[in-house]
Amino acid sequence: MKFRSVFDIIGPVMIGPSSSHTAGAARIGRVARNLFNREPKWAHISFYGSFAKTYKGHGTDVAIVGGLLDFDTFDERIKESLEIARKKKIKITFREEEAVPEHPNTAKITVGDDDGELELVGISIGGGKIEIVELNGFKLRLSGHNPAILVVHDDRFGAIANVSNILAKHQINIGQMEVSRKEKGKMALMTIEVDQNLEDQVIDEITALPNITQVARIVD
Amino acid sequence: MFRNVAELVELADSKQKKISALMIEQEMEVTGKSREQIIYQMGVNLDVMEQAVEKGLQGVRSVSGLTGGDAVLLQNYIKSGNSLSGEMLLDAVSKAVATNEVNAAMGTICATPTAGSAGVVPGTLFALQNKLKPSREEKIEFLFTAGAFGFVVANNASISGAAGGCQAEVGSASGMAAAAIVEMAGGTPAQSAEAMAITLKNMLGLVCDPVAGLVEVPCVKRNAMGAANAMVAADMALAGITSRIPCDEVIDAMYKIGQTMPSALRETAQGGLAATPTGRELEAKIFGIPLNKK
Repeated sequence: MKFRSVFDIIGPVMIGPSSSHTAGAARIGRVARNLFNREPKWAHISFYGSFAKTYKGHGTDVAIVGGLLDFDTFDERIKESLEIARKKKIKITFREEEAVPEHPNTAKITVGDDDGELELVGISIGGGKIEIVELNGFKLRLSGHNPAILVVHDDRFGAIANVSNILAKHQINIGQMEVSRKEKGKMALMTIEVDQNLEDQVIDEITALPNITQVARIVD
Repeated sequence: MFRNVAELVELADSKQKKISALMIEQEMEVTGKSREQIIYQMGVNLDVMEQAVEKGLQGVRSVSGLTGGDAVLLQNYIKSGNSLSGEMLLDAVSKAVATNEVNAAMGTICATPTAGSAGVVPGTLFALQNKLKPSREEKIEFLFTAGAFGFVVANNASISGAAGGCQAEVGSASGMAAAAIVEMAGGTPAQSAEAMAITLKNMLGLVCDPVAGLVEVPCVKRNAMGAANAMVAADMALAGITSRIPCDEVIDAMYKIGQTMPSALRETAQGGLAATPTGRELEAKIFGIPLNKK
């Protein structure tokens, strides 16, 4: 079931005018911000499908930038997000893509600074609910509603077991887990949705494991 | 966990519980939160809805200037005492309009189930206040009942205009409201399901064709009629009228209609009212783009 909570239906509390094109967009932007783990210096945002056709009228642009600034769906500052980003000297560019996406409300965000960059693709599936379907070229499915960790690792035996052992040691329950890779034996990505927020120590322990390249955390 | 309306009604009958109670129990099970936490959170949503209605009734205007002020006109008309379709019905309509006018003005609202359809459920809820005199708890229950029916639609069909047209947004909202009205008025769970079916049947095929892509025209007035539709369907169900097509099959029909709806009529501002000469003219004016460039 895509919708699990009654508050997916009665909610979210948000700044208008569109739950999918405003609130959902803000949430996609905020996931990008959380995964990047700091304020980016620049962001390229591509809109597809209905997003590309109607983003100006729905405030999708201000919402997604609001999310990148770590604003929640009901944060009044969303309305002035472009101005706030400009003052912070964050360079933002938008593109209206012609390509027909799998889902009508699709956005691709690339954020970066001098130390690195991150690219994700998010879809807004209705009522403010979103899914992240791609991260740095990896296919995945992440609702953004539960705390989660994303672990970039080398595709070697034992890597997954080591991570789940650490979670078990800290008594953290895994709600959903997915592993994807581009090529056998190369870089792979673990997506783990968990039931509670993760302490820094857990992240540090996972980062210290062999064959682990990067660990990012999404808090609820 | 209930997967469809038939299971929901059966569960309510066998446990002798209201649909709102079942929704609260399921939410506790799924999220692990306490009853108090869940009811508190819904109370916060209720407060947001009430504030949006109040704000809209004072008169707001959207940035584009396309919408705003109609809720006030309707309230004044009700006060004149000359209304034809009845005060409570028009009160629901005006409060639905108020909410969506606030939404269009980038104000704070609670999506029910979406922002574009956020007026119907609160519009009907706050219009029932004078007659049914619900307590705060009962108003919160109204939202859980509406949520239960919306939950079924969202999981078996869609609540997104881009995916299923306006029938999936205002259609779903109206069905949710009708079912909740029935419960608040003392009807049975089965009557709630009939009300939802009757409402949604009258919304089938409704396209999502917002002028200039803005959640304004025709969205505000579709919420108005969605509220009216919900009120009338609830009365019909309470009178004992049933839908020949069961609620779940109506939901399924809505889903299939949405799938066959062309993209131009699913929130792309390419067809329907958005593509009328006036729609195009408004779009050009709002965005400052010459008409021949569209």
